[in-house]
Amino acid sequence: MRRSMLFLPGNNPNMLINGNCLGSDAVIFDLEDAVSPAEKDAARILVRNTIRYMDFRGCEIIVRINSIDTDFWKEDVRAILPHKPGLIMLPKTGTAQDVLTADAFISQVEQELGMEKNTVGLMPLIETALGVENAFAIASASSRVRAIFLGAEDLTADLRCKRTKESREIEYARTRLVVAARAAGVDVYDTPFTDVNDDEGIAKDAATAKALGFTGKASISPRHVEVINRVFSPTRKEVDYAYEVMEAIALAKQQGKGAISLYGKMIDAPIVARAQQTIEMAQALGMDKGEM
Amino acid sequence: MATKLVSSIQEAIRLCGLKDGMTVSFHHHLRNGDYVLNLVMEEIAAQGIRDLTMNASSLFETHSPLLGHIENHVVSLIQTDYMAAGLGRAISQGIMEKPVQFRTHGGRPSDICRGATPIDVAFIAAPTADPMGNCSGKYGPSACGSLGYAFADAMHAKKVVVITDNLVPYPLQDWSISEDFVDYVVTVDAIGNPKGIVSGTTQITRDPVGLVMASHAAQVIANSGLLKDGFSFQTGAGGASLAAAKFLKDIMLEKGIQGSFGLGGITGYMVDMLQAGCFRNLMDVQCFDLKAVESIRTDPRHQEISAMQYASPTAKSAVVDSLDVVILGATEIDTDFNVNVHTDSNGYIMGGSGGHSDTAAGAKLSMIIAPMFRARLPIVTDRVQCISTPGRDIDVLVTQGGIAVNPRNAELKERLVKAGLPIMDIRELKEKTERITGAPKTIRRGDRVVAEVIYRDGTLLDSIYNVPGEQR
Repeated sequence: MRRSMLFLPGNNPNMLINGNCLGSDAVIFDLEDAVSPAEKDAARILVRNTIRYMDFRGCEIIVRINSIDTDFWKEDVRAILPHKPGLIMLPKTGTAQDVLTADAFISQVEQELGMEKNTVGLMPLIETALGVENAFAIASASSRVRAIFLGAEDLTADLRCKRTKESREIEYARTRLVVAARAAGVDVYDTPFTDVNDDEGIAKDAATAKALGFTGKASISPRHVEVINRVFSPTRKEVDYAYEVMEAIALAKQQGKGAISLYGKMIDAPIVARAQQTIEMAQALGMDKGEM
Repeated sequence: MATKLVSSIQEAIRLCGLKDGMTVSFHHHLRNGDYVLNLVMEEIAAQGIRDLTMNASSLFETHSPLLGHIENHVVSLIQTDYMAAGLGRAISQGIMEKPVQFRTHGGRPSDICRGATPIDVAFIAAPTADPMGNCSGKYGPSACGSLGYAFADAMHAKKVVVITDNLVPYPLQDWSISEDFVDYVVTVDAIGNPKGIVSGTTQITRDPVGLVMASHAAQVIANSGLLKDGFSFQTGAGGASLAAAKFLKDIMLEKGIQGSFGLGGITGYMVDMLQAGCFRNLMDVQCFDLKAVESIRTDPRHQEISAMQYASPTAKSAVVDSLDVVILGATEIDTDFNVNVHTDSNGYIMGGSGGHSDTAAGAKLSMIIAPMFRARLPIVTDRVQCISTPGRDIDVLVTQGGIAVNPRNAELKERLVKAGLPIMDIRELKEKTERITGAPKTIRRGDRVVAEVIYRDGTLLDSIYNVPGEQR
């Protein structure tokens, strides 16, 4: 389960060692934009050692490596892969070929290490106009792709438009990515909200992403983690309703009916599927079945 | 018209009959902005008086001229509740023959009232006073709000001198300490530097780790069973403690809980809670910022209290006895939950109890909030270098990496586990931290006692030894 993913700069030891205390479902150790070229090697060692020595139980580790058009990415993969991060985030993914290039090298390193193929998943970061247009191809390029991720800051630069809090400029990209990911059967994550002091703004932005169908949302500030977790968790009411749906459908089956209505609304397959998803999430979050 | 005004501090000292071997006392409401202690001690030294006991409720960096008075034998014994790091370092290096006596904010007035630590002359810095000695901290250019720590001194010293920079015509309205206790009044140009007396605003932390600790702390309180109408609360002025108060405020407002009182050194955040309806009253022994000073001056719900009423164990009752929850800090805590707030990681004195052990003893839930490690040193140790507050009075330790509940409070542990909070054994927390930091070496200490930690009941709780190898 990844409701929230918190970016942590790969060159900041204090943030890295406290990364598992900040409440996010996953952390993204960043070797790319947060780290200047002169510090790439130091950050790589720091991130490698953090994964090697720190206990991150209950918090998945994702590493954003450098993009495949740099000299750093292969060294990043070689340093990180032996320590089996949950996912590798591949920045500036523009085409399915980018995924295949990364996939081939990762497969080679996995083989060298004697690891099973596809042990470590890939999460392409889509942050160019080309990437958005190729979203489905990227998401379905390899079985190693577990999720895709929208990066709006670079994208809006590429689109030559201003990045705003209202986010009208990324509406198309958001919906395009959600559809592509769902069509490919992978998860999809929304871009961070960058104003760390705007509590209302982050809540609204996260709610928008949830409403569009995103699986979760990344954050560049630990202060946003709690609200993202809240927005992407089912509410008590939703969980209770999901259980009622499951009970109603069980009753329908018992009575030999194909469909049944609950609160005047017909319960059909999509509603049951959604109820099932809600219950699975509630169980993962340790939410008990409430009093009904 | 009658007056107790005398021409100078020098004259007041002479009239009080201060002699070698006597005890003088000071309060610390002007904190690091205080001029009065230095002005008085300079005058005493100039008069050739030696071998004094100084009983000061706290000593700050601004009081470092005291080191000279110690070297010149003007002061031979210090009794205090808190000592800033600069002075503390010198004491730890062994500059005094007699050990410093550390008391608590409740133990000090208790010992003064019961005659265990008699005071010959109390010097009371007063932001506003009239010529007969009625005085207050709420008004004037050096306003500090409450004068809570000065009450015992005023009521029990043989002679009392009020020193002010804001003399008003008799009678001063709304006094804190009344004329019947005061012998002499002296005016000076300034009793303190307002910048050092109160901070403009006390800020909640922006540090993500501090915010995680604060959020855990608020959740512990919310799930303790104590957060209900009538709830009472004290917290410190540290960034994470203030953030915990902010989170707590949100919870109280959401649930519509009205507490009875907020206690302690009061900050603007506690004032916000009062104004938002989280408490019916604030009980204030000391103001920490301008907002608290403004509030105690203008809001009748915000009540000044004496240190006796705050925390004295020998008072007929003290507010700490009615306290539900207190949030406290620590430089170290050991696996028996004993807390050190006196010495730093190298064994140098850098603080003191203040109200730490008083509130811990009184409160139903005493919480320590501290990071798992500072710099490279773990917060949890096998044995603290100095016991400031005994572990029996501490219920829970909140860190960013987990929450440890004292096994003495099994009910609390059960509640917090049920609430899904990250509860772990304190030894497990220690091991978890040491996996990151490694186990630190034991600090080497000297063989000479440089300070005694006297518990609030007057018994010796622990001794602090000199730090060897670095003599002054």
